[in-house]
Amino acid sequence: MLITDLFQETFSALLLNKARSGLTVLGIVIGIGSVIAMIAIGQGSQEMIQSNIQSLGSNLIIVMPGVQRGIGFQVSQGRGSSQTLTREDADAIASEISSVKAVAPELSSRYQVTAKKNNTNTQVAGATAAYPAIRNVKIDSGSFISDQNVKSMAKVAVLGPQARDDLFGENADPLGQMIRIKQINFKVIGVTAAKGGSGFSNQDDMIFIPLTTAGQFLSGANYVSTISVQAASENAMAETQQQISALLLARHNIADSQLADFSILNQTDIVETASQVASTFTTLLGSVAAISLIVGGIGIMNMMLTTVTERTREIGLRKAIGAKKNDINLQFLTEAIILTFSGGVIGAFLGWLVSLGMSRFGGITTQVSLSSILLAFCVSSAIGIIFGYYPARRAAGLKPIEALRYE
Amino acid sequence: MIECKKISKIYQNGAVETIALKEASFTIQDGEFVAIIGPSGSGKSTLMHILGALDTPSSGEYLFDGQNVAELSDDALADLRKNKIGFVFQSFNLLPRATVLRNVMLPLVYADVPQKEREPRAAAALQDAGLDESHFNHLSNQLSGGQMQRVAIARALVNNPALILADEPTGNLDSKTGEAVLETFQNLNQQGKTIILITHERYIASRAKRIISIKDGKIVEDTLNKNSAIAQQIKE
Repeated sequence: MLITDLFQETFSALLLNKARSGLTVLGIVIGIGSVIAMIAIGQGSQEMIQSNIQSLGSNLIIVMPGVQRGIGFQVSQGRGSSQTLTREDADAIASEISSVKAVAPELSSRYQVTAKKNNTNTQVAGATAAYPAIRNVKIDSGSFISDQNVKSMAKVAVLGPQARDDLFGENADPLGQMIRIKQINFKVIGVTAAKGGSGFSNQDDMIFIPLTTAGQFLSGANYVSTISVQAASENAMAETQQQISALLLARHNIADSQLADFSILNQTDIVETASQVASTFTTLLGSVAAISLIVGGIGIMNMMLTTVTERTREIGLRKAIGAKKNDINLQFLTEAIILTFSGGVIGAFLGWLVSLGMSRFGGITTQVSLSSILLAFCVSSAIGIIFGYYPARRAAGLKPIEALRYE
Repeated sequence: MIECKKISKIYQNGAVETIALKEASFTIQDGEFVAIIGPSGSGKSTLMHILGALDTPSSGEYLFDGQNVAELSDDALADLRKNKIGFVFQSFNLLPRATVLRNVMLPLVYADVPQKEREPRAAAALQDAGLDESHFNHLSNQLSGGQMQRVAIARALVNNPALILADEPTGNLDSKTGEAVLETFQNLNQQGKTIILITHERYIASRAKRIISIKDGKIVEDTLNKNSAIAQQIKE
C-alpha cells in the first residue's frame, strides 16, 4: 500500500464522518491549546518576575539593618526601623572590600509631600550620586543628585515619574519648581525614567534627595536604611556577601553571626526564590491542562473503537480483497494520528492566540515558547499512537470471515 | 488449479464440536464454471471460505495452483486472495459513499498498482461487468441492486484473478437482474475465467457447466450439467 493511498483512504474515512471527526479533534484542540496557553502564562510571569528583579540593578547585594532573614520577607520588612547601619559602614564597605564595584547608601522613609495644591504620600529616599548606576535608575530630564549636592546638604529633589504625575500633573515639566517635604522646600532638579513596578514596591513612586539632607533635615540622624552594594561580577557575589558580613560584624563588635544586627540580601537568591515560585505555578497550570489533554486522547480512542465496530464489514471486505494485517493496522493508526495531529496544529495556534489575547487585553505577561509548541506536537502525536494503537490492533486482528459476517 | 483432498472443517465451541465439512474431495480445472449447491447449513459457505483462502481447513489438504494453503501465513493468504481470487458477495459489500470507480480501484490499492494505471483498468473491468460508463462517477449507494452487483463483479475482476468466487450473487436481486448478472458470469467464463458460484437454488446452478451438491458437510453429487450447451460441447 503506497503512502499516498494510505493518506487518501484516511482522509476519505475521516471526511465521511465530519461531525464526529470534528468533535474528536476539538477535544485535542482544547487539550493542546490549554497546555500551551497555561505554560505561556507561567513562563511569562516567570520571565516578568526575573526581569523586574534584574531591573533593581545588576549583581546587587542589599544590606539592611536589624532584620532576621527569612524566605518571603526579604525586602522591606522592618526597613528603617532599626538604626544600626551608618554612612561610615557604607564607606568602609567601599574602601575595604576589593570585589565591590560601587556602594550606594540610602535612607528612605515615607513622608507627606506637597507641591502647590497637590499632595501625595510617597517614599523619600536619601541617596548619593552612585545610586542610579547601582540601582539601574535612568534620568529622563534634568540631572540626578551630585556629589556636590550631598556634600553641601543641598535641598534638591529628583522625582520618580509617578511622584511627578501626582504632584505636578501628568507629564508636566517640574524642573526648577518647588516641593515641600516636612515643611521644608526642595527644588526639583530632575525626573527619573519610568521602570514599572518591581513586584515588591513601585520604583516610580519615589523622590530622591541627597543622603546628607535626608539625615540632617528629615530623620535627624546619621543612620542609613539600606546599603546597596554592586559586586564586581556575578561570580564574586557570594564572596562579597561574606566579606561584607565579616566586616560589619567586626565594625559592630558582634562575635556571633547569628546575632547580627543587619541582614544581607543577595539578588541571586531573590531571583531564585521568585523563579521557584513561578515554576511551581507553571507546573500546576500545566498539569491541569494535561488532564484535559488525556481526556481528549480518550475521546480519540472512543471514536476509533466506535469506528472499528461500525466498519467491521468494511475491514472484512478489505481483507478479502487482499489487505494485509499491517495495512489495516496502519490505516486505523494513521486515522488516529491525523486526528490528533490536526488537533495539535489547531490547538497550538489557538493556544498562541489565547496567550496573545491575554497579554494584549488581560494585562498578563505571556510567553509562548517554541519548546512548548514542540512538546504539544510530540504529545499529541504520542496520544494518537497510544490511543489509536488498541483500536487499530483490534481492527487488524479481526478474522476476515467473521468481519464479513458481522451485522 | 484447485485440488481438495479430504478437507474437513470442525468448529470447536466450548465442549461442543460442530462438523461443518467432512472429507470433501474434488478438483477444479482452469476455465471451469462450477456451481456448488446445497441447502442452508450444508457447509457450502464454509467450503467457499476455504476455497477463497479466507479460512483454513481443520484437516485435509487444499492445494491452490499446487500450493498447500494450510501452510500459508496470514500475510501469504492475503497475497493469495489479492492476486488470484476475486470475490463477489451476496450483499455486494461496496464502500458506501465512495464512487463506483474508487470501489473498483480498491483491490489495486492493495496490489500496489501504480496510480496512473488504476483508472483505465477499473474502467475496463466495469465494461466487462456490463456497467454503463455514465455511472462510473456515481456514489455506490446511489445505484440499484443490479448495478451494485456489477460494480462488485468489476471489483472482483479488476486485478485479473484466476478464480472468481461468487457467494449467492443473485440472492439480493430480483429474477430479471439476477438473470442478467448470471449472463455476465457466463460471458466471463467464455473469456476463460474460472468461476465458482455458490447458491441454494437449482435453476441458478443450472447455468453452470458442472454442479457439486453438498449436504451435511458431505459432497453428495458431482456432475457435469447436461442442460448447459457448453457442457455438452465439452462432452462431445
